[in-house]
Amino acid sequence: MGFFKLGTMTLKGAFGKPVTRMYPQVKREPFAYTKGHVVCDIEACISCGICERTCPTHAIKVDKADRTWSIHPFDCIQCSSCVRVCPKQCLTMDNRYTSASTAKQMHLYRKHPLSKAEIEEQAKRDAERAERIAKAKAAAAGKKATGA
Amino acid sequence: MGKRTVIPFGPQHPVLPEPVHLDLVMEDERVVEAIPRIGFIHRGLEKLVEKKDYMQFVYVTERICGICSFGHSLGYSQTIETLMGIEVPKRAEYLRVIWHELSRIHSHLLWLGLTADGFGYESLFMHCWRLRERVLDIFEQTTGGRVILSATNVGGVNRDIPDAELAGICTVLDGMETDYRQLSGAFLGDSSVNNRLRGVGVLTKEDALDLCIVGPFQRASGVSEDIRLLGLGAYGDLADFVPVIGDEGDCYARVKVRIEEVLQSIAIIKELASKIPDGPIMEQVKGNPEAGREATSRLEQPRGECFYFARGNGTKFLDRMRIRTPTSQNLAGMTKILQGIDLADVPMVILTIDPCISCTER
Repeated sequence: MGFFKLGTMTLKGAFGKPVTRMYPQVKREPFAYTKGHVVCDIEACISCGICERTCPTHAIKVDKADRTWSIHPFDCIQCSSCVRVCPKQCLTMDNRYTSASTAKQMHLYRKHPLSKAEIEEQAKRDAERAERIAKAKAAAAGKKATGA
Repeated sequence: MGKRTVIPFGPQHPVLPEPVHLDLVMEDERVVEAIPRIGFIHRGLEKLVEKKDYMQFVYVTERICGICSFGHSLGYSQTIETLMGIEVPKRAEYLRVIWHELSRIHSHLLWLGLTADGFGYESLFMHCWRLRERVLDIFEQTTGGRVILSATNVGGVNRDIPDAELAGICTVLDGMETDYRQLSGAFLGDSSVNNRLRGVGVLTKEDALDLCIVGPFQRASGVSEDIRLLGLGAYGDLADFVPVIGDEGDCYARVKVRIEEVLQSIAIIKELASKIPDGPIMEQVKGNPEAGREATSRLEQPRGECFYFARGNGTKFLDRMRIRTPTSQNLAGMTKILQGIDLADVPMVILTIDPCISCTER
């Protein structure tokens, strides 16, 4: 039995360096691996949508036609699932938290606007793809007809 | 017989960190009967298993409770691994146990602080939480999160702790141990703390066994039972594991058991950090749980044994997921020991069983 068992600790607290910080003047440096928020390198993104399907809270929206990638910071739970599954490693987890916000809005990333030549090339690729699909469909139908 | 009065206790009360309501039937200053009522924070998380696939559900289980967060994700992952026959890499098992024991330290320190606050020892509360902060920093450094860690997953763990970082953790724990021993001296040796806790709310060994009490609450009554003794995962590789037992069964014994468990956890982490093998940390998970197949798993959470059950239905969604949490068992013991004590001792008794209502209601 006894009294004043915390003597050393209390004296240390009284004369030592404070444990707390004078926030916001003194800010704490985040660790290298702290999960702050997800950042997208949009030019490397191929809009495959795997991140959108993996996200447990459906916070990510990938729009291939619109060439955008967006995340809802209020829905994101920083689980890093998207970062782990991205085949192009274009998603990274930044170690800083996002600043306070007064409105709930998406963080939108948009790819560079397409030039005329790129649009033409895209149209050409799409046409070739449609042709390939049509051919494969016709071949499958023919096979089925002969088989039947 | 005096006139009986009913005093409502909670759901909002200074000593309660989480909402539980008790109707205390009083005869003068003495409690005759305590009738608990829960259901203030039910979120229906087990039902959510129908909406989230089995890989996503691990993030839901983490959110069952903020204090036992890692334990729940670990228990769920273990269950799904049994269900699908996945073998977890050895290194991942070690890392899981290291994080689980760290979360036990953080849970017990949080609880010790609340108890100190409960009996009016404010500075002791501050010191407990100051030490807990170091554990939270370790969590943030190794997993990126402070409370919700998202570290474990079905098939392994999401991130490796490099050996240099593990050595750093051991150094931090060494420093913490010195401070912690001083702190535990205040809990166990201070006469005012002793006067407040000794002989209050005694649960006998027979009652503990009858009511199926789990965790430190049960061990403080002299029952030697701990799921870690089963040697699941990396616990099997420990050189020696003897559960911490108390014998008096009163509030003091419960504090003592938890205080010693923190030191035990520090020893476990140091032992595993020195033994940890190299290798992969994640096993590739393919396919879905078979239809109709069932699996169970047990885990020693900071508050006691937690039981998990899962049944597959052939799709990526589970058919059923059930969790039996330690506090749902311990509430029975709490109402038992509340009978016959003074009203002034009620907060101490409720605090020392360490109720976790978020877990209980899910």
